[in-house]
Amino acid sequence: MGNWVVNHGLSALILVVWMGINIFIFVYFYLFYDLGPQFFYTRHLLGPALAWARAPAAVLNFNCLLILLPVCRNLLSFIRGSCACFRRSMRKQLDKNLSFHKLVAYMIGLMTAVHTIAHLLNLEWLNNSRQGDYDNLSTELSEIGDHSNETFLNPIRSPSMTPSYVAFTTIAGITGVIITLSLILIITSSMEVIRRSYYEVFWYTHHLFIIFFAGLVFHGAGRIVRSQTKDSMYEHNVTYCKDRPLDWGKIQECPMPQFAGGAPGTWMWVLGPMVLYVFERILRLYRSLQKVILRKTVIHPSNVLELQMQKKNFSMEVGQYVFLNCPSISQLEWHPFTMTSAPEEDFFSVHIRSMGDWTRDLISKVKWILKGEKGEFHAHGEIAVDGPFGTASEDVFDYEVSMLVGCGIGVTPFASILKSIWYKFKESNQKLRTKKIYFYWLCRETHAFEWFADLLHSLEGEMEERGMLNFLSYKLFLTGWDHSHAAHVMVHFDKDTDVVTGLKQKTHYGRPNWEKEFEDIRNAHPTSTVGVFLCGPQALGKTLESCCARYSDVDPRKARFYFNKENF
Amino acid sequence: MGQIEWAMWANEQALAAGLILLTGGIVGVAGQFKDWQFAAYGIDGESLIDICLLEYPRGKRKNKGTSIDRMGQRYLTICVKAFGPLTRNYFVRAGLHAVLSIPGGFMLPTVLGCVCVAIASLIYLLAAIRGEQWEPIMPQVESKQRPGESMKEPPSNPPPRPPRRAPEETARGCCICQPHSHLCQLCLRAPPRGQCDQGFAQSNNCCRL
Repeated sequence: MGNWVVNHGLSALILVVWMGINIFIFVYFYLFYDLGPQFFYTRHLLGPALAWARAPAAVLNFNCLLILLPVCRNLLSFIRGSCACFRRSMRKQLDKNLSFHKLVAYMIGLMTAVHTIAHLLNLEWLNNSRQGDYDNLSTELSEIGDHSNETFLNPIRSPSMTPSYVAFTTIAGITGVIITLSLILIITSSMEVIRRSYYEVFWYTHHLFIIFFAGLVFHGAGRIVRSQTKDSMYEHNVTYCKDRPLDWGKIQECPMPQFAGGAPGTWMWVLGPMVLYVFERILRLYRSLQKVILRKTVIHPSNVLELQMQKKNFSMEVGQYVFLNCPSISQLEWHPFTMTSAPEEDFFSVHIRSMGDWTRDLISKVKWILKGEKGEFHAHGEIAVDGPFGTASEDVFDYEVSMLVGCGIGVTPFASILKSIWYKFKESNQKLRTKKIYFYWLCRETHAFEWFADLLHSLEGEMEERGMLNFLSYKLFLTGWDHSHAAHVMVHFDKDTDVVTGLKQKTHYGRPNWEKEFEDIRNAHPTSTVGVFLCGPQALGKTLESCCARYSDVDPRKARFYFNKENF
Repeated sequence: MGQIEWAMWANEQALAAGLILLTGGIVGVAGQFKDWQFAAYGIDGESLIDICLLEYPRGKRKNKGTSIDRMGQRYLTICVKAFGPLTRNYFVRAGLHAVLSIPGGFMLPTVLGCVCVAIASLIYLLAAIRGEQWEPIMPQVESKQRPGESMKEPPSNPPPRPPRRAPEETARGCCICQPHSHLCQLCLRAPPRGQCDQGFAQSNNCCRL
């Protein structure tokens, strides 16, 4: 139980607070509209559907405020930087910004559904009231506004209208339909299947949020939710007059009631975040216009492109990522890449694999240019860079013992981390608290990662020179082996270096036995705090998280494992 | 956007649209709206049967390896596959969705569903123009790992091994004989039916110890 609190406590608290605020807002506005005396006549026409429409609307206001905030990357980086004095676990929450964004989006979807259904019922009943299908009071209420000096209650002004006509001719109706449609398109294109496979569709469709917010701000401008004015309530005694609708205006106790529409309130909620988001985009644009010098381009085996770049006033931390844009391939597309260089170097680099349209085009473009001019090319202004943006890897130096697990393409942030740790170790940098690193590299095949094997090779060489082979211990796991592999390994068993990678550490085949690994590390470091960093699939994340929970001791003097996950 | 299979997005959109149409239909009927018959049509005729069942089985991806299927879609895949070219061709699907969306436009609760289905129809049209087709995801048959060509099947009997007999001479297996080997491990011969060579009475056993 203690382990769960340590690992998940803060996230759970944030969720509880968020849900609590939602519930509070819902109940408060529900009761406001369901019990408020100024809505008595409105409720007579609409029944409980009035409150059921207005309460989700309030929750929607709150959530539309929240949804823009987790995607302001620069704002989050700023908070992260200024929170350096705060506890590590608080800063970790900022990693989960995308999960929070999705959660808020689900709530918006749900509340939109409730709100829309309630308003559908409202429109139908308003229409029926206007046509005189219900009792006298309803008919009388609906007819208010037909004569001059009267303010209407029922927004449907003519008995010959249909709900569909009203929906498409009122501001609230037409904006409602448009923004709900945008929301549906945004949600269907954000499904995991589409997002992971065709990022461009997801990204472009997601920009319908501009229409969503524009429509949202104007949605209440028609003021069609009406309530009785204060003055009118003073003059017109509802309890007495509600039974005498036909006498209104004729007897003294019951002058015609006056109504007014509620002022649109959504803009007050969403204006702040919208301004913040506009600033965010402008900042991204400004940063991207800064000149980027392409210092070196290298094509590694298996079609991996390395770009070494320099940019003025660019300072990075380990494991951060940048967004790259190549206007000659696509004007509007920005793609994230983890940086593979260390902050101690005077350039920053990314390694790009050919995974989709954009990367394929970039690699073929570079190859074409390289063929034309032999050697490296320095093309300025070809690439724009936005970033860097921070992730959890900045914490890796804080732990005495670190377990780094990289799966497949997820090994890239660890290139930066390992290089940086090695630089810091060489300089005996005080910031480095790390005494020992365990690095696990899992991949189906080493194809496309030869450059990383080269990096490990050079690190191995340097460590051996200084007699510090104990600092870093790494294990490579090839999960996609078959009989030919096994045969090959059997034949070369006695060789000093590994036959596949050429490294001193032999390659393991299959998946690691995490229980054993955690057990070994716990026995080797019985009193340390161990940070576990993963960049890989969710399934493995769950396994590691549960191992961390199981092998951690609640006693702070004994070994404790903290789990950190990168997500892209 | 060269590599996108539009049909995947059209599929998600159509499924969502079907559910929205269904919800609109339920609201229309439950609220006893005017023209609720259109709403009833929305629930019964269209959204449930055609759209949700037709769209639920996800198609196989042509370009990339992994196709993630939805939970429990295996049975529906068989049904949808049975219609052959009607369900495989996306022009037909686009047309079908376009036609089916029309009745939803007649009353307000189903209007949103109508528009969503129409959009799905348009995306399917785009997919069809690009030549995509619906391929069913069939369950993978586990192929046994065959050892390398050079490795022969190890012998299943200890020496001495008499030559293999013709199949009609095989007897029932017993606990001494391997069930699938036609030789008794004791007498090393294929016992005739009913009686072991050694003269032991045979029920399941050939040579009883």
